[in-house]
Amino acid sequence: MSTLVIKDLHVSIEDKEILKGVNLTINTNEVHAIMGPNGTGKSTLASAIMGHPKYEVTQGTIELDGENVLEMEVDERAQAGLFLAMQYPSEISGVTNADFVRSAINARRGEGNEISLMKFIRELDKTMDFLDMDQDMAQRYLNEGFSGGEKKRNEILQLMMIKPTFAILDEIDSGLDIDALKVVAKGINEMRGEGFGCLAITHYQRLLNYITPDHVHVMMQGRVVKSGGPELAHRLEAEGYDWIKKELGIEDETVEQEA
Amino acid sequence: MTVETKLALSVDEVRSFSQLNNEPLWFTDFRVSAIEKATELPMPTPDKTNITNWNFLEFPNHTVESATFSSLDELSDEVREVIDIEGQENLYIQRNNTPAFLKVSEELKTQGVIFTDIQTAIREHSDLVKQYFMTTAVKVDEHKLAAYHAALVNGGVFVYVPKNVVLEKPLQVVFINDNEDASLFNHVLLVADKNSSVTYVETYVSTVSESKGQANIIEEVIALDNAQVNFGAVDVLAKGFTTYVNRRGHILRDAKVDWALGLMNDSDTISESITHLVGDGSNANTKTVVVGRGEQKQNFTTEIRHWGKNSEGFILKHGVMRESAQSIFNGIGKIEHGASKSNAVQESRVLMLSENARGDANPILLIDEDDVMAGHAASAGRVDPIQLFYLMSRGISKADAERLIIHGFLAPVVQSIPIKSVQEQLTKVIEGKVR
Repeated sequence: MSTLVIKDLHVSIEDKEILKGVNLTINTNEVHAIMGPNGTGKSTLASAIMGHPKYEVTQGTIELDGENVLEMEVDERAQAGLFLAMQYPSEISGVTNADFVRSAINARRGEGNEISLMKFIRELDKTMDFLDMDQDMAQRYLNEGFSGGEKKRNEILQLMMIKPTFAILDEIDSGLDIDALKVVAKGINEMRGEGFGCLAITHYQRLLNYITPDHVHVMMQGRVVKSGGPELAHRLEAEGYDWIKKELGIEDETVEQEA
Repeated sequence: MTVETKLALSVDEVRSFSQLNNEPLWFTDFRVSAIEKATELPMPTPDKTNITNWNFLEFPNHTVESATFSSLDELSDEVREVIDIEGQENLYIQRNNTPAFLKVSEELKTQGVIFTDIQTAIREHSDLVKQYFMTTAVKVDEHKLAAYHAALVNGGVFVYVPKNVVLEKPLQVVFINDNEDASLFNHVLLVADKNSSVTYVETYVSTVSESKGQANIIEEVIALDNAQVNFGAVDVLAKGFTTYVNRRGHILRDAKVDWALGLMNDSDTISESITHLVGDGSNANTKTVVVGRGEQKQNFTTEIRHWGKNSEGFILKHGVMRESAQSIFNGIGKIEHGASKSNAVQESRVLMLSENARGDANPILLIDEDDVMAGHAASAGRVDPIQLFYLMSRGISKADAERLIIHGFLAPVVQSIPIKSVQEQLTKVIEGKVR
């Protein structure tokens, strides 16, 4: 079993503090959902775990099986087993999807242990079929000209090919129609198991109809303010966030509007 | 104002070099007159690059002796890595200043094609050489470096394709530089006679890590009526050279030239590619890729000048600057008065990979005629840190992520190059430069 432990995490962007002490522990074989209204720091948490260059960690720790993640470069975090499915995946001109995924797999496997081309092609074909992706997407340039839905599917394709220990999904459901959402959920559910943990960030309960979380956390004001089981998500769907704000005496749940 | 300059060779030395090579008298006189001009002519003035302190004139030796190759097996791995040597039916190899290997297919011989080193051509095809050598495309008295080149020519190639001859297989030329004292005053003269068609590919490969010499290279392409020339060049000269490379096209009626240039030198380089679309209906397509690294300073000027009516010129140029490399990319489309219905299009893109790298794209359109079409696009920018983050978040190292971005940035040009062997060579050279 692997464990990702986040303790008292404070994160700033351009000297403005967004995360103000996040605590979270995720084990493999668990799916955690982070919910919360817009502007409460959910995406900042996802980006900070992966080492986004714009975010500065000012306090706290992130450890993966006792290893200090914050000391690792972005690629080292990935090689240690972390994966971030991004809200807005970059477009890279001139680099085909297939070449990119193979480079990523080989980077994790290390020199001398590269995946054979045949095996790679078989796995890529199979996974693209599973995700209802057109085979010609393999030879298209990475995310270039992809629709919003195609980009999200492509993130899940990478997830399934790279097989990380922990996946962080940053609003993987935003901008998806129901069919695409089902496909994305199918991919994530396929990954669930002993060697895989997941942190899904969303502000819609809808995603959780297809991916049943083991734990649900609510973020407000740059902190996790409430945690529970799947029933918490259902209550949020039915009643919204106001009852939590009332319970905790929070007036403005966002961090972004504070100067 | 003229400035007297001390040149590395005297008039007498130039004369005796010519005589030693059994050159015809007209060429000896041509050299002598050129060295006299070189003393007084001003230096060229590449736009936006100050070359006042560059050393273009001094070198250790004018010529060096190198062994020839009796078999292709003697070629080094560094050369083989870049070029598919065995796959060539027509191959000329020059080693430093020595003609070192020549293979010409029967097809070429029976069709009357001339494909030989420049020294042999000066002796054996004197009439043709005399007609075109720095008379039509590049002129001796343009500036000091042109005259200096004319006086000191010590290598190069002559290609003549007779009327109506259509060559299917490319001519491959390899200029190997494996002596650090060597200077390359190479002259390439390619004349495609009426209705002919030829693909010419040249590759400059340095296997020395640092050169002490000069590279003063002038190449002239003359396409007569309705001829078609595919010209590919991959330059990979070592650090230490001061490189001046001038590729000039003179394109007559309905003729067409396609330039595919991979400018991958590690030296300070002034590269000038000018095509004159002289004839009505003539066409030039220039594709250039560049990777700069280290402390290099380079200037790439690509110009297409329209004189003929209905002439079309396309410039596509992508460059990547790494480390502390600095480059100017000048793209010039000039439509002269009378060149009506002409079309001048250019696109220049520069990607900088580090804080210290510098690349400026200067698109220039000069139009002296009303009834024309013209367009340009240019951009110069740094690599997007979010793109790097995305690639690295999949476990790809920063170096590999940059490598992918560079290949991707150059791919639209590389993949549009019509000569497959040039595409392959370039892909390998780019890989070598970004590793």
